[in-house]
Amino acid sequence: MTNPNALLHRRDVVNELLRDRGDLLVIAGLGAPNWDVSAAGDHPNNFPLWGAMGGASMIGLGLALAQPKRKVIVITGDGEMLMNVGSLASIAVEAPKNLTIAVLDNERFGETGMQKTPTASGVDLAAIATACGIRSSRIVRTMAEVTELRDLAHEGRGTAFAQIKINPEALVFVMPPADGVILTTRFRQSVLGDEALFN
Amino acid sequence: MAEAAKSRSEAAPALPTWPDEIYRVLKDAGIRQVAIVPDAGHSRLIRSFEAGPETRVVTLTTEEEGVAMLAGAWLGGERGVLLLQSSGVGNCINMLSLPVICHMPLLMIVTMRGDWGEFNPWQIPMGQGTRPSLEAMGVIVNKVDEPHLVASAVQGAAHLAFNSWKPVAVLIGQRVLGAKNFKELASK
Repeated sequence: MTNPNALLHRRDVVNELLRDRGDLLVIAGLGAPNWDVSAAGDHPNNFPLWGAMGGASMIGLGLALAQPKRKVIVITGDGEMLMNVGSLASIAVEAPKNLTIAVLDNERFGETGMQKTPTASGVDLAAIATACGIRSSRIVRTMAEVTELRDLAHEGRGTAFAQIKINPEALVFVMPPADGVILTTRFRQSVLGDEALFN
Repeated sequence: MAEAAKSRSEAAPALPTWPDEIYRVLKDAGIRQVAIVPDAGHSRLIRSFEAGPETRVVTLTTEEEGVAMLAGAWLGGERGVLLLQSSGVGNCINMLSLPVICHMPLLMIVTMRGDWGEFNPWQIPMGQGTRPSLEAMGVIVNKVDEPHLVASAVQGAAHLAFNSWKPVAVLIGQRVLGAKNFKELASK
């Protein structure tokens, strides 16, 4: 039997979520989730954030509404999600089938010295998401549950939310391009074709 | 009293046409996503968008969500507009770094408070700070104070935003909205 208190490793989680990613569209929240997504492999269909804290989930919503036939996954941190937790209400009302929000919850503000976030005191983001009306909301503690979440995200059967309990480990930074124009242009060119280069 | 009432009614005609005019301008500009924090000045425009099947009206809990959402819309190939009032501009400031640094279009239409004829002193700081705050973040700002100029201001802003990939805000002055309405509301 596995230790129920063992925490998942963030890069194992992200590698599994993005396994055989196909044409999955990925928004990565600023800080460690950005480095985790980049460690899984830089890709034109990634939009990794270097700032805009609190905005990752709503970027995912706008993208999911604009591209209803594609699957969108937002991979972000607990600090980033908590900064704009009201977005969960806005997203629940729209309920796009093709949007999954995966929060890597290490209960820490990792970029600023590992100060505790409110989730360390028991704030339950999955319950907040459920209360907002995102029915497929869960706390994830095992790799089997990560695989289940991966399949949900790739199939797009409804808005999904997961608070994934991970180890508060500090890992080496793996950085994508930092220039927002490069990130924007290559994403749009990949998703929309060369037409995106014109107005 | 009668004269005062007359001058107020001239400042705010009973049936302004500018909300219908900017609805047509925004439809012509290809707007598909409408991000809103409801506001009395925008109520007629919001109803027009809600009645149309081609646009998605998304109600936000705070205006900065709309800046992020419309960045996502642009990444996915759709155009949007953010409808807000001046106090909501204060909620957007850091998120504006996203369209600025990524050279993304952002069209904001801001109904002003704390401006001409304001009755509520608490609206003054953000109302007076709206333009300098937006400009400090690199947003191009155009303010209109006459109803017949609103539609062309929005049209020009939409072209500027979507053709040059810049964040652009149109501020609709309280003179256009009619400050008398707020005073009457307060007395009821």
